[in-house]
Amino acid sequence: MADLDELYREIILDHYRNPRRRGTLHGPHVHAEGVNPSCGDEFALDLRIEDGVVTDVAIQGQGCSISQASGSMMAEAILGKEVPAVEDLMAKFRLMMGIDEGDSPIDPNRPGSVLGDLEALQGVRRFPVRIKCADLPWTTLADALAKAEAGT
Amino acid sequence: MTDLGDVRGDFPLLGRTFEGRPLVYLDSAATTQKPHRVIETIDRYYRELNANVHRGAYRLSAAATDAYEEARAKVARFIGAGSPEEVVFTRGATTALNHVAYGWGLHRLGSGDRILLTVMEHHSNIVPWQMVARLTGAELVYLDVDDEYRVDLSNLDELLDERVKIVSVSGMSNVTGALGPVAELAEAVADTEAVLVVDGAQLVPHAPVDVAALGADFLAFSGHKMLGPTGIGVLWGRPERLADLEPTEGGGEMIVDVTLTDAKWAPVPHRFEAGTPPIAQAIGLGAAVDYLEDLGMDAVRAHEEAITAYALDRLSEIPDLTVYGPRDVATRGGAVSFELGDIHAHDLATILDEHGVAVRAGHHCAKPLMRRLGAVATTRASFYVYNVAEDVDRLVEALWKAREVFGLD
Ligand SMILES: Cc1ncc(COP(=O)(O)O)c(C=O)c1O
Repeated sequence: MADLDELYREIILDHYRNPRRRGTLHGPHVHAEGVNPSCGDEFALDLRIEDGVVTDVAIQGQGCSISQASGSMMAEAILGKEVPAVEDLMAKFRLMMGIDEGDSPIDPNRPGSVLGDLEALQGVRRFPVRIKCADLPWTTLADALAKAEAGT
Repeated sequence: MTDLGDVRGDFPLLGRTFEGRPLVYLDSAATTQKPHRVIETIDRYYRELNANVHRGAYRLSAAATDAYEEARAKVARFIGAGSPEEVVFTRGATTALNHVAYGWGLHRLGSGDRILLTVMEHHSNIVPWQMVARLTGAELVYLDVDDEYRVDLSNLDELLDERVKIVSVSGMSNVTGALGPVAELAEAVADTEAVLVVDGAQLVPHAPVDVAALGADFLAFSGHKMLGPTGIGVLWGRPERLADLEPTEGGGEMIVDVTLTDAKWAPVPHRFEAGTPPIAQAIGLGAAVDYLEDLGMDAVRAHEEAITAYALDRLSEIPDLTVYGPRDVATRGGAVSFELGDIHAHDLATILDEHGVAVRAGHHCAKPLMRRLGAVATTRASFYVYNVAEDVDRLVEALWKAREVFGLD
Protein backbone atom coordinates (compact mmCIF):
# COMPACT_ATOMS: atom_id res chain seq x y z
CA MET A 1 0.00 0.00 0.00
CA ALA A 2 2.97 2.29 -0.64
CA ASP A 3 0.84 4.22 -3.11
CA LEU A 4 -1.65 5.04 -0.38
CA ASP A 5 1.07 6.39 1.88
CA GLU A 6 2.31 8.52 -1.01
CA LEU A 7 -1.23 9.79 -1.57
CA TYR A 8 -2.12 10.58 2.00
CA ARG A 9 1.06 12.24 3.19
CA GLU A 10 1.03 13.78 6.62
CA ILE A 11 1.07 17.28 5.20
CA ILE A 12 -2.01 16.61 3.06
CA LEU A 13 -3.96 15.35 6.05
CA ASP A 14 -2.78 18.36 8.00
CA HIS A 15 -4.07 20.81 5.37
CA TYR A 16 -7.32 18.80 5.14
CA ARG A 17 -7.87 18.97 8.88
CA ASN A 18 -6.54 22.49 9.38
CA PRO A 19 -7.18 24.34 6.17
CA ARG A 20 -5.27 27.61 5.92
CA ARG A 21 -6.89 30.89 4.97
CA ARG A 22 -10.41 29.59 5.36
CA GLY A 23 -13.05 32.30 5.43
CA THR A 24 -14.32 35.16 3.30
CA LEU A 25 -12.93 38.55 2.34
CA HIS A 26 -14.54 41.90 2.98
CA GLY A 27 -13.87 44.90 0.80
CA PRO A 28 -13.12 44.68 -2.93
CA HIS A 29 -12.34 41.21 -4.23
CA VAL A 30 -13.34 38.68 -6.88
CA HIS A 31 -15.15 35.49 -6.00
CA ALA A 32 -15.16 32.23 -7.96
CA GLU A 33 -16.75 28.85 -7.33
CA GLY A 34 -16.10 25.39 -8.65
CA VAL A 35 -17.76 21.99 -8.27
CA ASN A 36 -17.03 18.48 -9.43
CA PRO A 37 -20.55 17.36 -10.27
CA SER A 38 -19.55 13.70 -10.39
CA CYS A 39 -18.31 13.62 -6.80
CA GLY A 40 -19.85 16.73 -5.26
CA ASP A 41 -16.60 18.38 -4.16
CA GLU A 42 -17.00 22.13 -3.80
CA PHE A 43 -14.40 24.86 -3.67
CA ALA A 44 -14.67 28.64 -3.69
CA LEU A 45 -12.24 31.46 -3.23
CA ASP A 46 -12.12 35.19 -2.65
CA LEU A 47 -9.15 36.94 -4.18
CA ARG A 48 -7.95 40.51 -3.72
CA ILE A 49 -5.54 41.79 -6.33
CA GLU A 50 -3.96 45.20 -5.88
CA ASP A 51 -1.46 46.62 -8.35
CA GLY A 52 -1.04 43.21 -9.92
CA VAL A 53 -0.29 41.45 -6.63
CA VAL A 54 -2.45 38.95 -4.72
CA THR A 55 -2.77 40.82 -1.46
CA ASP A 56 -5.41 38.65 0.17
CA VAL A 57 -7.07 35.30 -0.36
CA ALA A 58 -9.72 33.34 1.48
CA ILE A 59 -11.11 29.90 0.67
CA GLN A 60 -14.33 28.02 1.27
CA GLY A 61 -15.51 24.58 0.32
CA GLN A 62 -16.13 21.00 1.28
CA GLY A 63 -15.00 17.72 -0.13
CA CYS A 64 -12.32 15.10 -0.03
CA SER A 65 -8.91 15.55 1.54
CA ILE A 66 -7.23 15.92 -1.85
CA SER A 67 -9.41 18.75 -3.11
CA GLN A 68 -9.44 20.62 0.18
CA ALA A 69 -5.73 20.19 0.91
CA SER A 70 -4.88 21.26 -2.62
CA GLY A 71 -6.96 24.42 -2.11
CA SER A 72 -5.41 25.20 1.27
CA MET A 73 -1.86 24.81 -0.05
CA MET A 74 -2.73 26.82 -3.12
CA ALA A 75 -4.08 29.69 -1.02
CA GLU A 76 -0.85 29.86 0.95
CA ALA A 77 1.26 29.59 -2.16
CA ILE A 78 -0.35 32.42 -4.11
CA LEU A 79 -0.57 35.00 -1.32
CA GLY A 80 1.78 37.89 -1.99
CA LYS A 81 2.61 36.76 -5.51
CA GLU A 82 2.31 38.88 -8.63
CA VAL A 83 -0.32 37.63 -11.08
CA PRO A 84 2.22 36.34 -13.65
CA ALA A 85 3.92 34.37 -10.87
CA VAL A 86 0.54 32.89 -9.89
CA GLU A 87 -0.02 31.90 -13.50
CA ASP A 88 3.40 30.33 -13.61
CA LEU A 89 2.59 28.37 -10.44
CA MET A 90 -0.65 27.14 -12.00
CA ALA A 91 1.19 25.99 -15.10
CA LYS A 92 3.81 24.16 -13.05
CA PHE A 93 1.18 22.53 -10.88
CA ARG A 94 -0.68 21.26 -13.92
CA LEU A 95 2.54 19.86 -15.39
CA MET A 96 3.41 18.16 -12.12
CA MET A 97 -0.02 16.53 -11.98
CA GLY A 98 0.11 15.45 -15.62
CA ILE A 99 -3.01 17.51 -16.36
CA ASP A 100 -1.06 19.40 -19.00
CA GLU A 101 1.38 17.42 -21.09
CA GLY A 102 5.06 18.07 -20.66
CA ASP A 103 7.93 17.29 -18.35
CA SER A 104 7.29 17.68 -14.67
CA PRO A 105 9.17 20.74 -13.40
CA ILE A 106 9.72 19.10 -10.03
CA ASP A 107 13.33 18.44 -9.02
CA PRO A 108 13.42 14.98 -7.40
CA ASN A 109 16.73 15.78 -5.72
CA ARG A 110 15.49 18.91 -4.02
CA PRO A 111 11.94 18.22 -2.80
CA GLY A 112 9.93 21.38 -2.31
CA SER A 113 12.27 23.59 -4.30
CA VAL A 114 9.78 24.36 -7.06
CA LEU A 115 6.25 24.15 -5.66
CA GLY A 116 6.86 23.90 -1.94
CA ASP A 117 4.27 21.94 0.03
CA LEU A 118 2.23 21.46 -3.12
CA GLU A 119 4.73 18.87 -4.24
CA ALA A 120 3.16 16.54 -1.69
CA LEU A 121 0.26 16.19 -4.14
CA GLN A 122 2.42 14.30 -6.64
CA GLY A 123 1.18 11.02 -5.17
CA VAL A 124 -2.23 11.75 -6.68
CA ARG A 125 -0.85 11.09 -10.15
CA ARG A 126 -1.03 7.36 -9.51
CA PHE A 127 -4.78 7.68 -8.90
CA PRO A 128 -6.10 9.07 -12.17
CA VAL A 129 -9.69 9.30 -10.94
CA ARG A 130 -8.54 11.61 -8.17
CA ILE A 131 -6.57 14.10 -10.27
CA LYS A 132 -9.68 16.16 -10.87
CA CYS A 133 -10.01 16.50 -7.08
CA ALA A 134 -6.55 18.07 -6.83
CA ASP A 135 -7.26 20.28 -9.83
CA LEU A 136 -10.59 21.73 -8.65
CA PRO A 137 -9.09 24.66 -6.66
CA TRP A 138 -6.85 25.52 -9.58
CA THR A 139 -9.62 25.68 -12.15
CA THR A 140 -11.48 27.87 -9.66
CA LEU A 141 -8.40 30.07 -9.33
CA ALA A 142 -8.14 30.35 -13.12
CA ASP A 143 -11.74 31.47 -13.14
CA ALA A 144 -11.06 34.08 -10.44
CA LEU A 145 -8.06 35.44 -12.33
CA ALA A 146 -10.13 35.71 -15.50
CA LYS A 147 -12.78 37.62 -13.57
CA ALA A 148 -10.17 39.94 -12.10
CA GLU A 149 -8.73 40.51 -15.55
CA ALA A 150 -12.18 41.32 -16.93
CA GLY A 151 -12.71 43.66 -14.03
CA THR A 152 -15.83 42.01 -12.66
CA MET B 1 -24.45 -17.99 5.08
CA THR B 2 -27.83 -19.11 3.70
CA ASP B 3 -29.30 -21.74 1.41
CA LEU B 4 -28.36 -19.75 -1.70
CA GLY B 5 -24.96 -21.38 -1.55
CA ASP B 6 -21.91 -19.87 -3.15
CA VAL B 7 -22.99 -18.77 -6.61
CA ARG B 8 -19.87 -16.71 -7.33
CA GLY B 9 -18.70 -19.27 -9.84
CA ASP B 10 -21.63 -18.28 -12.04
CA PHE B 11 -20.24 -14.74 -12.39
CA PRO B 12 -17.12 -14.59 -14.55
CA LEU B 13 -16.18 -11.06 -13.55
CA LEU B 14 -15.97 -12.05 -9.90
CA GLY B 15 -13.12 -14.36 -10.85
CA ARG B 16 -10.93 -11.30 -11.44
CA THR B 17 -8.27 -10.72 -8.86
CA PHE B 18 -6.69 -7.54 -7.59
CA GLU B 19 -3.20 -7.92 -6.17
CA GLY B 20 -3.69 -11.64 -5.89
CA ARG B 21 -6.98 -11.49 -4.02
CA PRO B 22 -10.46 -11.88 -5.44
CA LEU B 23 -12.36 -8.68 -6.18
CA VAL B 24 -14.84 -7.78 -3.48
CA TYR B 25 -17.66 -6.21 -5.42
CA LEU B 26 -19.94 -4.20 -3.15
CA ASP B 27 -21.65 -1.88 -5.63
CA SER B 28 -24.62 -3.92 -6.78
CA ALA B 29 -27.05 -1.11 -5.97
CA ALA B 30 -25.38 0.76 -8.85
CA THR B 31 -25.25 -2.21 -11.17
CA THR B 32 -24.93 -5.95 -10.70
CA GLN B 33 -22.51 -8.41 -12.25
CA LYS B 34 -23.87 -10.80 -14.86
CA PRO B 35 -24.04 -14.59 -14.69
CA HIS B 36 -22.79 -16.80 -17.54
CA ARG B 37 -26.38 -17.56 -18.39
CA VAL B 38 -27.15 -13.93 -19.25
CA ILE B 39 -23.88 -13.36 -21.11
CA GLU B 40 -24.35 -16.54 -23.12
CA THR B 41 -27.97 -15.79 -23.94
CA ILE B 42 -26.99 -12.41 -25.38
CA ASP B 43 -24.06 -13.95 -27.23
CA ARG B 44 -26.28 -16.65 -28.71
CA TYR B 45 -28.87 -14.09 -29.74
CA TYR B 46 -26.34 -12.21 -31.85
CA ARG B 47 -24.86 -15.42 -33.27
CA GLU B 48 -28.07 -17.24 -34.04
CA LEU B 49 -31.16 -15.06 -33.83
CA ASN B 50 -30.37 -11.45 -34.68
CA ALA B 51 -33.08 -9.76 -36.77
CA ASN B 52 -35.42 -6.86 -36.22
CA VAL B 53 -38.63 -7.69 -34.41
CA HIS B 54 -42.24 -7.25 -35.46
CA ARG B 55 -41.19 -6.46 -39.02
CA GLY B 56 -39.81 -9.21 -41.21
CA ALA B 57 -41.88 -11.86 -42.88
CA TYR B 58 -38.93 -14.23 -42.81
CA ARG B 59 -38.45 -16.95 -40.23
CA LEU B 60 -35.42 -15.40 -38.56
CA SER B 61 -37.34 -12.25 -37.76
CA ALA B 62 -40.24 -14.30 -36.47
CA ALA B 63 -37.85 -16.21 -34.21
CA ALA B 64 -36.32 -12.97 -32.87
CA THR B 65 -39.81 -11.60 -32.27
CA ASP B 66 -40.79 -14.76 -30.40
CA ALA B 67 -37.70 -14.54 -28.21
CA TYR B 68 -38.36 -10.86 -27.47
CA GLU B 69 -42.00 -11.50 -26.59
CA GLU B 70 -41.06 -14.56 -24.56
CA ALA B 71 -38.79 -12.33 -22.47
CA ARG B 72 -41.77 -10.05 -21.86
CA ALA B 73 -43.81 -13.04 -20.71
CA LYS B 74 -41.01 -14.12 -18.36
CA VAL B 75 -40.81 -10.67 -16.79
CA ALA B 76 -44.60 -10.57 -16.45
CA ARG B 77 -44.60 -13.90 -14.67
CA PHE B 78 -41.69 -12.82 -12.47
CA ILE B 79 -43.62 -9.85 -11.07
CA GLY B 80 -47.02 -11.55 -11.02
CA ALA B 81 -48.53 -9.47 -13.82
CA GLY B 82 -51.86 -10.64 -15.19
CA SER B 83 -50.53 -10.71 -18.73
CA PRO B 84 -47.43 -9.86 -20.76
CA GLU B 85 -49.28 -6.84 -22.19
CA GLU B 86 -48.86 -5.16 -18.80
CA VAL B 87 -45.09 -5.10 -19.29
CA VAL B 88 -43.56 -2.24 -21.29
CA PHE B 89 -39.89 -2.53 -22.14
CA THR B 90 -38.00 0.72 -21.60
CA ARG B 91 -34.36 1.77 -21.43
CA GLY B 92 -34.36 1.51 -17.63
CA ALA B 93 -36.14 2.65 -14.50
CA THR B 94 -35.41 6.28 -15.33
CA THR B 95 -37.12 6.03 -18.72
CA ALA B 96 -40.02 4.14 -17.18
CA LEU B 97 -40.58 6.91 -14.62
CA ASN B 98 -40.34 9.52 -17.38
CA HIS B 99 -43.01 7.62 -19.32
CA VAL B 100 -45.38 8.09 -16.40
CA ALA B 101 -44.37 11.69 -15.71
CA TYR B 102 -44.84 12.77 -19.32
CA GLY B 103 -47.44 10.24 -20.48
CA TRP B 104 -49.68 10.59 -17.45
CA GLY B 105 -48.68 13.67 -15.47
CA LEU B 106 -48.30 16.08 -18.35
CA HIS B 107 -51.80 15.31 -19.63
CA ARG B 108 -53.63 15.21 -16.34
CA LEU B 109 -52.02 17.75 -14.05
CA GLY B 110 -52.97 21.39 -13.89
CA SER B 111 -52.22 24.39 -11.81
CA GLY B 112 -52.96 23.68 -8.14
CA ASP B 113 -52.62 19.90 -8.52
CA ARG B 114 -50.00 18.13 -6.48
CA ILE B 115 -47.51 15.32 -6.81
CA LEU B 116 -46.60 13.62 -3.54
CA LEU B 117 -43.06 12.24 -3.27
CA THR B 118 -40.72 11.37 -0.40
CA VAL B 119 -37.38 12.98 0.44
CA MET B 120 -35.65 9.61 0.10
CA GLU B 121 -36.21 9.39 -3.66
CA HIS B 122 -33.50 8.89 -6.25
CA HIS B 123 -33.12 11.86 -8.62
CA SER B 124 -34.88 9.81 -11.30
CA ASN B 125 -38.04 9.89 -9.18
CA ILE B 126 -37.78 13.62 -8.50
CA VAL B 127 -36.45 15.42 -11.56
CA PRO B 128 -39.04 14.15 -14.11
CA TRP B 129 -41.80 15.28 -11.75
CA GLN B 130 -40.15 18.68 -11.34
CA MET B 131 -40.01 19.02 -15.11
CA VAL B 132 -43.67 18.10 -15.52
CA ALA B 133 -44.67 20.30 -12.58
CA ARG B 134 -42.97 23.22 -14.30
CA LEU B 135 -44.90 22.54 -17.50
CA THR B 136 -48.28 22.09 -15.83
CA GLY B 137 -48.19 24.43 -12.84
CA ALA B 138 -48.53 21.48 -10.46
CA GLU B 139 -46.64 21.51 -7.15
CA LEU B 140 -44.45 18.91 -5.49
CA VAL B 141 -44.98 17.94 -1.86
CA TYR B 142 -42.78 15.57 0.10
CA LEU B 143 -43.10 13.08 2.90
CA ASP B 144 -40.13 13.31 5.26
CA VAL B 145 -38.04 10.52 6.79
CA ASP B 146 -37.94 9.83 10.53
CA ASP B 147 -35.04 9.17 12.90
CA GLU B 148 -35.06 5.52 11.85
CA TYR B 149 -34.62 6.55 8.20
CA ARG B 150 -38.12 5.30 7.34
CA VAL B 151 -40.60 7.44 5.43
CA ASP B 152 -42.54 9.43 8.00
CA LEU B 153 -46.26 8.90 7.47
CA SER B 154 -47.42 10.90 10.48
CA ASN B 155 -48.70 13.78 8.33
CA LEU B 156 -49.86 11.67 5.40
CA ASP B 157 -53.54 12.44 5.99
CA GLU B 158 -52.79 16.12 5.90
CA LEU B 159 -50.67 15.96 2.73
CA LEU B 160 -52.82 13.50 0.81
CA ASP B 161 -55.73 15.78 0.02
CA GLU B 162 -57.81 16.00 -3.15
CA ARG B 163 -55.16 18.10 -4.87
CA VAL B 164 -52.77 15.12 -4.97
CA LYS B 165 -53.07 13.35 -8.33
CA ILE B 166 -49.88 11.30 -8.29
CA VAL B 167 -48.01 9.64 -5.45
CA SER B 168 -44.57 8.25 -6.33
CA VAL B 169 -42.36 6.39 -3.89
CA SER B 170 -39.29 4.21 -3.92
CA GLY B 171 -39.81 0.61 -2.89
CA MET B 172 -36.31 0.57 -1.37
CA SER B 173 -33.86 3.40 -0.88
CA ASN B 174 -30.58 3.09 -2.73
CA VAL B 175 -28.91 5.14 0.03
CA THR B 176 -30.26 3.97 3.40
CA GLY B 177 -31.67 0.65 2.22
CA ALA B 178 -34.99 1.49 3.91
CA LEU B 179 -38.04 -0.17 2.42
CA GLY B 180 -40.62 2.33 1.20
CA PRO B 181 -44.14 2.39 2.68
CA VAL B 182 -45.73 0.98 -0.46
CA ALA B 183 -48.51 -0.96 1.28
CA GLU B 184 -49.46 1.98 3.48
CA LEU B 185 -49.53 4.39 0.54
CA ALA B 186 -51.49 1.91 -1.58
CA GLU B 187 -54.13 1.76 1.12
CA ALA B 188 -54.18 5.53 1.51
CA VAL B 189 -54.55 6.31 -2.20
CA ALA B 190 -57.17 3.60 -2.74
CA ASP B 191 -60.00 5.97 -1.94
CA THR B 192 -58.53 9.00 -3.69
CA GLU B 193 -58.16 9.95 -7.34
CA ALA B 194 -54.38 9.65 -7.14
CA VAL B 195 -52.33 6.99 -8.91
CA LEU B 196 -49.50 5.26 -7.05
CA VAL B 197 -46.17 4.92 -8.84
CA VAL B 198 -43.49 2.70 -7.33
CA ASP B 199 -39.83 3.12 -8.19
CA GLY B 200 -38.84 -0.53 -7.96
CA ALA B 201 -35.25 -0.10 -9.15
CA GLN B 202 -33.93 -1.45 -5.85
CA LEU B 203 -36.98 -3.40 -4.68
CA VAL B 204 -37.60 -5.71 -7.62
CA PRO B 205 -34.04 -7.12 -7.76
CA HIS B 206 -33.88 -7.78 -4.04
CA ALA B 207 -37.28 -8.97 -2.81
CA PRO B 208 -40.22 -10.96 -4.12
CA VAL B 209 -42.65 -8.56 -5.80
CA ASP B 210 -46.18 -9.46 -6.79
CA VAL B 211 -47.88 -6.60 -8.58
CA ALA B 212 -51.27 -8.19 -7.94
CA ALA B 213 -50.72 -7.58 -4.22
CA LEU B 214 -48.53 -4.45 -4.40
CA GLY B 215 -51.39 -1.99 -4.74
CA ALA B 216 -49.49 0.19 -7.22
CA ASP B 217 -50.72 1.56 -10.52
CA PHE B 218 -47.25 1.69 -12.08
CA LEU B 219 -43.95 0.00 -11.24
CA ALA B 220 -40.58 0.94 -12.76
CA PHE B 221 -37.34 -1.05 -12.63
CA SER B 222 -34.03 -1.63 -14.41
CA GLY B 223 -32.61 -4.86 -15.82
CA HIS B 224 -28.98 -4.07 -15.04
CA LYS B 225 -29.61 -4.00 -11.31
CA MET B 226 -31.00 -7.55 -11.38
CA LEU B 227 -28.26 -9.45 -13.22
CA GLY B 228 -29.48 -8.36 -16.66
CA PRO B 229 -27.81 -6.11 -19.22
CA THR B 230 -27.85 -2.31 -19.32
CA GLY B 231 -30.21 -0.55 -21.70
CA ILE B 232 -33.32 -2.46 -20.67
CA GLY B 233 -35.90 -1.72 -18.02
CA VAL B 234 -39.55 -2.18 -17.37
CA LEU B 235 -42.64 -0.12 -16.83
CA TRP B 236 -45.42 -2.28 -15.49
CA GLY B 237 -48.88 -0.75 -15.33
CA ARG B 238 -52.38 -1.85 -14.45
CA PRO B 239 -54.14 -2.55 -17.76
CA GLU B 240 -56.67 0.25 -17.26
CA ARG B 241 -53.87 2.70 -16.45
CA LEU B 242 -51.75 1.70 -19.43
CA ALA B 243 -54.83 2.13 -21.62
CA ASP B 244 -55.01 5.77 -20.47
CA LEU B 245 -51.28 6.46 -20.58
CA GLU B 246 -50.19 8.61 -23.53
CA PRO B 247 -47.13 7.54 -25.50
CA THR B 248 -44.28 10.00 -25.07
CA GLU B 249 -42.23 8.93 -28.06
CA GLY B 250 -43.49 8.57 -31.60
CA GLY B 251 -41.99 6.48 -34.36
CA GLY B 252 -42.03 3.05 -35.90
CA GLU B 253 -43.49 0.04 -34.07
CA MET B 254 -45.85 2.13 -31.98
CA ILE B 255 -48.53 2.75 -34.62
CA VAL B 256 -51.11 0.78 -36.60
CA ASP B 257 -51.67 3.47 -39.19
CA VAL B 258 -50.10 6.76 -40.17
CA THR B 259 -51.44 9.36 -42.56
CA LEU B 260 -49.94 12.71 -43.46
CA THR B 261 -51.80 14.35 -40.62
CA ASP B 262 -52.49 11.67 -38.08
CA ALA B 263 -51.46 8.39 -36.55
CA LYS B 264 -53.30 5.66 -34.73
CA TRP B 265 -51.51 4.05 -31.85
CA ALA B 266 -50.68 0.38 -31.72
CA PRO B 267 -52.18 -1.55 -28.81
CA VAL B 268 -50.54 -1.57 -25.38
CA PRO B 269 -47.66 -2.26 -24.74
CA HIS B 270 -46.22 -1.64 -28.21
CA ARG B 271 -47.48 1.92 -28.37
CA PHE B 272 -44.90 2.74 -25.69
CA GLU B 273 -42.02 1.08 -27.54
CA ALA B 274 -41.30 3.42 -30.44
CA GLY B 275 -38.45 2.43 -32.71
CA THR B 276 -36.35 -0.70 -32.69
CA PRO B 277 -36.31 -1.87 -29.09
CA PRO B 278 -33.28 -3.19 -27.19
CA ILE B 279 -33.91 -6.75 -28.36
CA ALA B 280 -30.81 -8.55 -27.13
CA GLN B 281 -31.11 -6.71 -23.82
CA ALA B 282 -34.73 -7.75 -23.33
CA ILE B 283 -33.83 -11.36 -24.05
CA GLY B 284 -30.87 -11.03 -21.68
CA LEU B 285 -33.21 -9.73 -19.00
CA GLY B 286 -35.39 -12.79 -19.59
CA ALA B 287 -32.36 -14.98 -18.85
CA ALA B 288 -31.63 -12.96 -15.68
CA VAL B 289 -35.20 -13.52 -14.54
CA ASP B 290 -34.83 -17.26 -15.18
CA TYR B 291 -31.67 -17.26 -13.09
CA LEU B 292 -33.31 -15.38 -10.21
CA GLU B 293 -36.34 -17.67 -10.34
CA ASP B 294 -34.08 -20.68 -10.09
CA LEU B 295 -32.49 -19.21 -6.98
CA GLY B 296 -35.93 -18.25 -5.72
CA MET B 297 -36.68 -14.67 -4.70
CA ASP B 298 -37.51 -15.71 -1.14
CA ALA B 299 -34.03 -17.18 -0.86
CA VAL B 300 -32.52 -14.05 -2.48
CA ARG B 301 -34.25 -11.90 0.12
CA ALA B 302 -33.27 -14.22 2.99
CA HIS B 303 -29.65 -14.16 1.86
CA GLU B 304 -29.72 -10.39 1.72
CA GLU B 305 -31.21 -10.07 5.19
CA ALA B 306 -28.56 -12.40 6.55
CA ILE B 307 -25.59 -10.70 4.91
CA THR B 308 -26.91 -7.24 5.78
CA ALA B 309 -27.34 -8.26 9.41
CA TYR B 310 -23.80 -9.60 9.43
CA ALA B 311 -22.47 -6.42 7.81
CA LEU B 312 -24.28 -4.11 10.25
CA ASP B 313 -22.95 -6.18 13.09
CA ARG B 314 -19.35 -6.14 11.90
CA LEU B 315 -19.47 -2.45 11.01
CA SER B 316 -20.57 -1.67 14.56
CA GLU B 317 -17.14 -2.91 15.74
CA ILE B 318 -15.43 -0.01 14.03
CA PRO B 319 -15.05 3.15 16.11
CA ASP B 320 -16.33 6.44 14.65
CA LEU B 321 -18.38 4.66 12.01
CA THR B 322 -21.93 5.95 11.49
CA VAL B 323 -24.42 3.93 9.47
CA TYR B 324 -27.20 5.89 7.77
CA GLY B 325 -30.03 3.40 7.68
CA PRO B 326 -32.43 1.24 9.66
CA ARG B 327 -30.96 -1.27 12.11
CA ASP B 328 -33.76 -3.79 11.72
CA VAL B 329 -32.99 -5.90 8.65
CA ALA B 330 -36.65 -6.80 8.24
CA THR B 331 -37.31 -3.18 7.24
CA ARG B 332 -34.43 -2.72 4.84
CA GLY B 333 -32.41 -4.04 1.95
CA GLY B 334 -28.71 -4.50 1.44
CA ALA B 335 -27.55 -0.99 0.57
CA VAL B 336 -25.51 0.17 3.57
CA SER B 337 -24.33 3.80 3.64
CA PHE B 338 -21.88 4.99 6.23
CA GLU B 339 -19.30 7.57 7.24
CA LEU B 340 -16.05 6.87 9.04
CA GLY B 341 -14.74 9.66 11.26
CA ASP B 342 -13.58 12.64 9.24
CA ILE B 343 -12.52 10.52 6.28
CA HIS B 344 -14.32 11.82 3.24
CA ALA B 345 -16.24 9.18 1.27
CA HIS B 346 -14.01 9.58 -1.80
CA ASP B 347 -10.88 9.09 0.22
CA LEU B 348 -12.42 6.06 1.84
CA ALA B 349 -13.44 4.60 -1.52
CA THR B 350 -9.91 5.10 -2.84
CA ILE B 351 -8.41 3.33 0.17
CA LEU B 352 -10.91 0.47 -0.08
CA ASP B 353 -10.21 0.17 -3.79
CA GLU B 354 -6.51 -0.25 -3.02
CA HIS B 355 -7.60 -3.25 -0.93
CA GLY B 356 -9.65 -4.70 -3.78
CA VAL B 357 -12.99 -3.62 -2.31
CA ALA B 358 -15.27 -1.78 -4.76
CA VAL B 359 -17.79 0.54 -3.10
CA ARG B 360 -19.64 3.65 -4.12
CA ALA B 361 -18.90 7.10 -2.71
CA GLY B 362 -20.83 10.31 -3.11
CA HIS B 363 -24.40 11.51 -3.06
CA HIS B 364 -25.84 8.39 -4.76
CA CYS B 365 -28.14 10.47 -6.98
CA ALA B 366 -30.21 11.39 -3.93
CA LYS B 367 -29.03 14.87 -2.99
CA PRO B 368 -32.26 15.90 -1.21
CA LEU B 369 -31.94 12.87 1.06
CA MET B 370 -28.27 13.55 1.70
CA ARG B 371 -29.11 17.13 2.70
CA ARG B 372 -31.89 15.84 4.93
CA LEU B 373 -29.46 13.44 6.63
CA GLY B 374 -26.90 16.22 6.98
CA ALA B 375 -24.34 14.22 5.04
CA VAL B 376 -22.38 15.60 2.11
CA ALA B 377 -21.20 12.28 0.81
CA THR B 378 -21.40 8.76 2.14
CA THR B 379 -19.67 5.52 1.32
CA ARG B 380 -22.05 2.77 0.32
CA ALA B 381 -21.53 -0.97 0.35
CA SER B 382 -24.35 -2.89 -1.30
CA PHE B 383 -24.85 -6.63 -1.43
CA TYR B 384 -26.36 -9.15 -3.77
CA VAL B 385 -26.71 -12.87 -4.34
CA TYR B 386 -22.99 -13.44 -4.94
CA ASN B 387 -21.71 -11.68 -1.82
CA VAL B 388 -20.52 -13.84 1.05
CA ALA B 389 -19.46 -13.24 4.64
CA GLU B 390 -15.79 -13.01 3.61
CA ASP B 391 -16.65 -9.98 1.47
CA VAL B 392 -17.89 -8.22 4.59
CA ASP B 393 -14.75 -9.33 6.45
CA ARG B 394 -12.55 -7.87 3.71
CA LEU B 395 -14.52 -4.62 3.87
CA VAL B 396 -14.07 -4.40 7.61
CA GLU B 397 -10.37 -5.20 7.37
CA ALA B 398 -9.92 -2.42 4.78
CA LEU B 399 -11.85 0.03 6.95
CA TRP B 400 -9.40 -0.59 9.79
CA LYS B 401 -6.59 0.12 7.31
CA ALA B 402 -8.30 3.36 6.36
CA ARG B 403 -8.32 4.38 10.01
CA GLU B 404 -4.57 3.82 10.05
CA VAL B 405 -3.94 5.82 6.88
CA PHE B 406 -5.89 8.73 8.32
CA GLY B 407 -4.31 8.35 11.74
CA LEU B 408 -7.60 7.79 13.58
CA ASP B 409 -7.13 6.12 16.94
C1 LIG C 1 -33.89 3.82 -6.28
C2 LIG C 1 -33.45 4.02 -7.70
N1 LIG C 1 -34.31 4.52 -8.59
C3 LIG C 1 -33.99 4.70 -9.88
C4 LIG C 1 -32.74 4.41 -10.36
C5 LIG C 1 -32.44 4.68 -11.79
O1 LIG C 1 -32.13 3.53 -12.48
P1 LIG C 1 -31.49 3.62 -13.94
O2 LIG C 1 -30.30 4.51 -13.83
O3 LIG C 1 -31.13 2.21 -14.24
O4 LIG C 1 -32.53 4.16 -14.85
C6 LIG C 1 -31.80 3.88 -9.47
C7 LIG C 1 -30.45 3.56 -9.94
O5 LIG C 1 -29.45 4.15 -9.62
C8 LIG C 1 -32.17 3.69 -8.12
O6 LIG C 1 -31.29 3.19 -7.24
